[in-house]
Amino acid sequence: MTRLVNRHPDRPTRLLLAMLPFALLIAAYAIGSDMRLAENPNDKLLPSFTALGDAITRMAFTPDKRTGDYLLWVDTVASLTRIAGGVAIATVFGLLVGVSVGLLPYARATLGGFLSAVAMIPPLAILPILFILFGLGELSKFVLVFAGIGPFIARDIAMRVAELPTEQIVKAQTLGASTWQICTRVVLPQMWPRLMDSVRLSLGAAWLFLIAAEAVASQDGLGYRIFLVRRYLAMDVILPYVAWITLLAFSFDWLLRVLQARLFPWFAPEGASR
Amino acid sequence: MSRVEVRNLWKEYGDQVVLERISMDVAPHSFVSLVGPSGCGKSTFLRMLLSQETPTRGTILVDGQPLANEPQPDRGVVFQKYSVFPHLTAVENVALGLEFERAPVTGRLFGRARRAALDEAGALLEGVGLAAARGKYPAQLSGGMQQRLAIAQALARKPRILLLDEPFGALDPGIRADIHDLMLSVWWDTRMTVFMVSHDLREAFYLGTRVVAFDRPTEKDAARFGARITFDIALDPAAPIKERLREAEHGTATDDLGEELAAMAAQADRDDPAPAPSTRRDDPAPRDGETA
Repeated sequence: MTRLVNRHPDRPTRLLLAMLPFALLIAAYAIGSDMRLAENPNDKLLPSFTALGDAITRMAFTPDKRTGDYLLWVDTVASLTRIAGGVAIATVFGLLVGVSVGLLPYARATLGGFLSAVAMIPPLAILPILFILFGLGELSKFVLVFAGIGPFIARDIAMRVAELPTEQIVKAQTLGASTWQICTRVVLPQMWPRLMDSVRLSLGAAWLFLIAAEAVASQDGLGYRIFLVRRYLAMDVILPYVAWITLLAFSFDWLLRVLQARLFPWFAPEGASR
Repeated sequence: MSRVEVRNLWKEYGDQVVLERISMDVAPHSFVSLVGPSGCGKSTFLRMLLSQETPTRGTILVDGQPLANEPQPDRGVVFQKYSVFPHLTAVENVALGLEFERAPVTGRLFGRARRAALDEAGALLEGVGLAAARGKYPAQLSGGMQQRLAIAQALARKPRILLLDEPFGALDPGIRADIHDLMLSVWWDTRMTVFMVSHDLREAFYLGTRVVAFDRPTEKDAARFGARITFDIALDPAAPIKERLREAEHGTATDDLGEELAAMAAQADRDDPAPAPSTRRDDPAPRDGETA
């Protein structure tokens, strides 16, 4: 009898098993929805798949009666612009600060403790401050996403840089490298794939902060819409929106993973288990 | 090819004395094997030669000049692990030193200059038997190949001194024999002065022109007594023991030489007695190197 730890499903079984939890969830929903609707055809909590389909058609493929916009796409573009902007600034900041703190003792002495402290500030707690400082416009949303994940990325990169074996840094010096050359040829190139990991891990948090910002003050965006239709208990809109956000987030995660494997083949042996 | 003079070197970490009164004159083009039990400070000594650490007292002179206070390209190094850069292919690893030298601002060569550097690197790779692996990443190479790559990489800047920190410790015996031969021919061709830390007495005697052992004079109170040089044997490359080691290395002889080497070491110990452990802080002798 082979031990359980040594038994591996073959490819079709693996695929089947991977789909099983999704199938179960959908089935459970269908049953629950049917039961509630049988009791009360006007129940709004678990709308039928037909109702969900109607809502998707209305939001995504029918122009809004008042504005003439296709709301789902307008919301998607607004949200993606915000999250892309916030994540981009956070990434650049995280890389610059992280590499400096990880590599330079003077930067570590100056910024190390400060960064640890700043990373502990709950970003949502400073949301009011951001709205006061930067107004209710787009800027405060960028800043919230940035404030939420920038310090995390910086700390993560600083740790990854510090993890590089000292031997590498010493070796580079015996090859005549200056600090700048160590940075550009030894440290930065090894940080790109780790930076992608770091961004992947912080994307979930970035969505959280984006939706929070949109829920509080916005005119459009996926988070704004969800919180708007909540007033009407419009689960038929909320559920597809949540699924859509999940799909978007999952796609970015997948895209980063594929890009990482494609662009940094030397990183694969270490990252293969992930 | 450099003369190295070590003058009354001490290394302390806080209260702990790691090394004390280390002095030696190393002739140009020597191959010095540093041996001793774990924790005796031989790697610390090597890191001081590398300027990765600074001595607490004493000086190291290379061709009469004090060492720079940070690692420089005049001293190459091969570590046991992590000597090569995982994100660069074999040929890029070797060319990196040339790029550092020729492109101070970008650290990166382009076009014709890059091709020239890659050609030079390729020639070095060929010299260590890695011509076929030039496009591979270190993770795709075996342990022995990675160490060959590390040697080629260290040679790119033509160092006058090469420091080896247990470079062959993790390799299989057969692969070791081949890489020993490579090391000897590199040492001979480049005229470098080599310092090698090793756990393996046979390797130390086989490669070295000089074997230096570090050990603490007493087991008790180890923190207050640093390790010293307990024996220092010069080996003539034509000595009979070398011949027999050579045979053993290539498997034509099977007798175990370990005991004999230990006996030689014990003999050297008697011939050249280290000064008896004396009283501590009030001992004036070790202080004369301090101001140098």
